[in-house]
Amino acid sequence: MRTRVFLINFVTASVMATAAAFAQTGDYLAPRAPDGNPDLNGIWQTIGSAHWDVEPHSAGPSVVRELGALSAVPGGLGVVGGGAIPYRPEALAQRNENRTNRLERDPAIKCYLPGVPRGMYMPFPVQIIQSQEHIMILHEFAGAVRTVYMEDQVDAPADSWMGWSNGHWDGETLVIDTTGFNGQTWFDRSGNFHSDQLHVVERITPRSPETLSYEVTIEDPGIFTRPWTMSMPLYRRVDENVRVLEFRCVEFVEDLIYGHLRKQPDGENR
Amino acid sequence: MRLRPCICFCWFACVVLVGLASPSWSAGQETSSNQSYRVPRTPDGQPDLQGFWSNQTFTPLERPEGVTSAFYTEEELAAREGRVAVRESAQTEPGTIPDVHYDFTQFGLDRSQAARAQNLRTALIVDPPDGRLPPVNASGRRQAEIREAEQALLGGRWDSAEANQLDDRCIMMRGVGPPMLNSGYNANYHIVQGPGQVMILSEMIHDARVIPLEGHSNPPDSFNQWIGLSRGRWDGETLVVETTNFNGKNPLQGSGQRMRVTERFTRVADDVIRYQFTVDDPGTWDQPWSAEMPMQKTRGPLFEFACHEGNYGLYNTLVGARLEEQQAAEASLQPK
Repeated sequence: MRTRVFLINFVTASVMATAAAFAQTGDYLAPRAPDGNPDLNGIWQTIGSAHWDVEPHSAGPSVVRELGALSAVPGGLGVVGGGAIPYRPEALAQRNENRTNRLERDPAIKCYLPGVPRGMYMPFPVQIIQSQEHIMILHEFAGAVRTVYMEDQVDAPADSWMGWSNGHWDGETLVIDTTGFNGQTWFDRSGNFHSDQLHVVERITPRSPETLSYEVTIEDPGIFTRPWTMSMPLYRRVDENVRVLEFRCVEFVEDLIYGHLRKQPDGENR
Repeated sequence: MRLRPCICFCWFACVVLVGLASPSWSAGQETSSNQSYRVPRTPDGQPDLQGFWSNQTFTPLERPEGVTSAFYTEEELAAREGRVAVRESAQTEPGTIPDVHYDFTQFGLDRSQAARAQNLRTALIVDPPDGRLPPVNASGRRQAEIREAEQALLGGRWDSAEANQLDDRCIMMRGVGPPMLNSGYNANYHIVQGPGQVMILSEMIHDARVIPLEGHSNPPDSFNQWIGLSRGRWDGETLVVETTNFNGKNPLQGSGQRMRVTERFTRVADDVIRYQFTVDDPGTWDQPWSAEMPMQKTRGPLFEFACHEGNYGLYNTLVGARLEEQQAAEASLQPK
């Protein structure tokens, strides 16, 4: 009897130790998609303040006075490997100028497509629909869409807002290589930016049934002195009936963009 | 990345075009599925609808006045083609507005796409059998009057962005639906199937519709979207998609918020999906109506259609309108 209890305890302890080791080393084995690859299908979202600023930042006031505490910036310890983005000196000056003028310059304020990787950590859900040939990344924000080509890969045929993504499986990790950017998107609401030479490599690895590890390497030699990384988890939205809904924000920004061109009752320009 | 005729869109949509290539797709094929065709399967056993498809068509939604049969003969179609060819070439007459603004023979619904677009059908509507929309009922007429009054409050088309058409504002293209009527140009779709989900991406303004196949209860009436909310299921080889909860701001032939669209996608050949839909909107019509068109395999990929981001057309048009007003005001101050 005692022996059996000991054995059970031993087995339980071994299993727990093994599970812990797997969790620590990222050896979690995800359920398989129909084609045998890890199943990334689902609706995912980050939690955190990277969308405000990917670098470490203290809490701060809202840029829009009327919004008070509701759009004040929550602090964050940062998602950039090593803390700071390795800007070239002139690029850092540009970033700081962007930051000062973020209300006028942040492209996402105008409902422009958010770019990569910014769309992944905006406070909106992201749906992954995975087939063998194509992996779709569908953002609620602005209805932005990325097609990740797993087969029939070509180089980016032209520059675009969301870039051109080719993917492959590296064991349990989906690796997405994206180029062909137009250089008009930002990384966050704090003016962190890149050029059209941006090269993004994303590594998405299941780390538990409800979380993915999301790691990004950013390369843009004219702007940064070396490649740099960002890392954060993506959490599965487990709410019942969750869906990526419509956030067709063009309608919400028309007055902001075109309001000064509205015909005035007396025919005078504003 | 953006090719769209801003000012000419409405004008273009009114022009009936018929292609010149010989039909690659005959009427008979469209109405009866090939019984021996076996629909390929996805790895998890669903009928496979994946790939790039186009529902580009020259066939009008309603049967033209004076046409009585459901299908043209080859001779009748050829005669129509001849007439339209003249019109099409006139589009780009040097010095005309279409010529300087946008060459539809290059970028539009032109003869180069005719093999895909051509069809012997005289109308997309198959029910009512006369190929015409049912009459709009009293509630539908009231709805139309309210819409007209609301639009009038916005003033002239160039008074503000909001007074413009939805497509000029890059909010959505009318053909995107659902139902997915051809949008005049770029009527291209990408279908991807994941476990329990079907995604249909429309090239026009990158509209992706995710259709869950299981586990979704009816959404509350208080929730609505421009493209409604879709749910799907397999009926044998056919994907059936029900869409409700429209916001009614992009009316289909005068439809309202209570519209229910039922779409049926059946792959009838490797390169053809038969696309059928029924529109049921008791607030607009006393009877449902149904239409049918082929979606034909096309070459991918779809490129990013960043419409709003490059909407210089709307901006410049408003600038021009204000400038004209300013010049008119200055002219009226000049001594006579």
